[in-house]
Amino acid sequence: MSGIPGANRQAPKPDAEGAGSAALGPRPATLARYLTIYAALWKNSVTREMMFKGNFLLWIVVELLWFALQLSFIGVIYLHTNRIGTWTQWQVVLLIGASHFIQQIYQAFFLINCTNLSELVRNGKLDFLLLLPVNTRFVVSLRQVDLGAFLNAATAIAVMAYAARQLHLVLTAGHVLTFLALCLVGVWIHYSLMFLLATTSFWTIRAQGIVWGYYNLFQIARLPDEAFRGVFRAVFTFALPMLLVSNVPVRVLADKLDSSRLPLLLVGMGVACGLVSEWVWRLSLRHYTSASS
Amino acid sequence: MRYGKGRRHTVRPARMRKYWHVINIGIQNNLAYRFNFLARALFGLIPLVAILSVWQTIYAGQGAGARIGAYSLAEMISYYLLVTVVDALTAVNEDDWQIAADIKDGNISQFLLKPMDYLWYRLCLFLSGRTAYLAVTAIPLALFILALKKYFVFPASWPVLLLFLSSTVLTALLQFFLSYTMALLAFWVLEVSTFIFILFAFEYLASGHLFPLDILPPALAGVLSFTPFPYQLYFPISIYMGKATGGELARGFALQVGWVVIAYALARFVWSRGIKKYSAAGG
Repeated sequence: MSGIPGANRQAPKPDAEGAGSAALGPRPATLARYLTIYAALWKNSVTREMMFKGNFLLWIVVELLWFALQLSFIGVIYLHTNRIGTWTQWQVVLLIGASHFIQQIYQAFFLINCTNLSELVRNGKLDFLLLLPVNTRFVVSLRQVDLGAFLNAATAIAVMAYAARQLHLVLTAGHVLTFLALCLVGVWIHYSLMFLLATTSFWTIRAQGIVWGYYNLFQIARLPDEAFRGVFRAVFTFALPMLLVSNVPVRVLADKLDSSRLPLLLVGMGVACGLVSEWVWRLSLRHYTSASS
Repeated sequence: MRYGKGRRHTVRPARMRKYWHVINIGIQNNLAYRFNFLARALFGLIPLVAILSVWQTIYAGQGAGARIGAYSLAEMISYYLLVTVVDALTAVNEDDWQIAADIKDGNISQFLLKPMDYLWYRLCLFLSGRTAYLAVTAIPLALFILALKKYFVFPASWPVLLLFLSSTVLTALLQFFLSYTMALLAFWVLEVSTFIFILFAFEYLASGHLFPLDILPPALAGVLSFTPFPYQLYFPISIYMGKATGGELARGFALQVGWVVIAYALARFVWSRGIKKYSAAGG
């Protein structure tokens, strides 16, 4: 799977001509074309954000407050205990930082676009996107960029760095690179699942509620996996792998890994989520009847 | 609009009657969103189960009969279940967004002409929203609590339950008046959601949503007890669990009533200022 979701795949219906030329042309040209398009989308987003500067800054404050809130919750819990399972205080801080980092990167690229999909279906604007000579999933998923989220991701990195120092972690480049790669898998899983939920808007118009319901799942992703047992743990590991997305990267970073089984499981779940999400997307597109006709 | 339907009424019942109609219509409108309510309540159980599991793990790590602050495991679990119950009874749902939208779209103009007060109108809609929400979610919520029955602590006596319910009503009023006031910021700013979320963050932490406030260091909990936040959630629960009794109970009720009155006065004040700004903008 390429970094840009679906960039080198073609949507089933609308791009018949585009697909032909892309197949004939060399791949780098396709990639360059998509990068040019994406650069234009970025430019649009920057312009849009700068129109409401005050609001832009206030949203960053909101996110910072909620991040601080989660950290103070952990602070209060550890006033009364030394461990959650085997997780110590600074390990959990690292976990909350990582989960915030993953969530913010996800939010920077995908969140608005996923929540907007139901709106596109409802008012029929999806028609125009289907007619564009680019992969539809690409434009739908990456149309807007949330720039403030990058700043919030940076605060998450600062918190993680502090926690790592408190834990006296000796980090090699290998550690950090593996960590980052696994975080990206986490971002990819969040995106695949939320996009999957968003595509239900092809069947029920009121999908926005479902998409926001996904927000509850982020709350699980930032809790230590050892707190869970039984059905709950199985569901949130093998069906909606929330207990893997941030726990596994942090286990790598904090040397809390017994074997390479968990990272492999995370990557495997990433592939599985991506495939299911793409399959449902294609199925949904076939189901699409424009709202305007 | 005529609500008397030809029959004669004294002024007062007629006045009550129109608000009764608002509540009725509000319930019907809200019931249209019943699946949304149900989805919200069921989705909301997932983080609840998660946090309960975390506490269970913490208690398990401390050996049998462990207490955290003044809480046994059963009491801790009951606390979070009661948070869910009080939240279902009192939380402001979409009201603040709707009020802000009413102001931005100019819908409030008609209330300046109608013999109906906008604040009471919104309070009626808030009540009907809560009623509809409860009608849909009471059964799943009750089943969930039933599943955790062995951890659920019941109130010590009937008077305690009665005090809990009265305090919950005050909590609902406080929640509503504060949200109403925040939404009125729409008179001055284009986008109120950031302000609402900032207040919500403080409420979430300081009202006891995340953890019972009395596991905080006593000095901090003491300071918090003077802010409105504990009276938005924590106080009724502490009554239910028998943590607030005697003098503390009386003091808590006094503070809660005080904050409700202040929040109401603030709502009226901000409205009167906002209306001036609003009519000026209307030319």
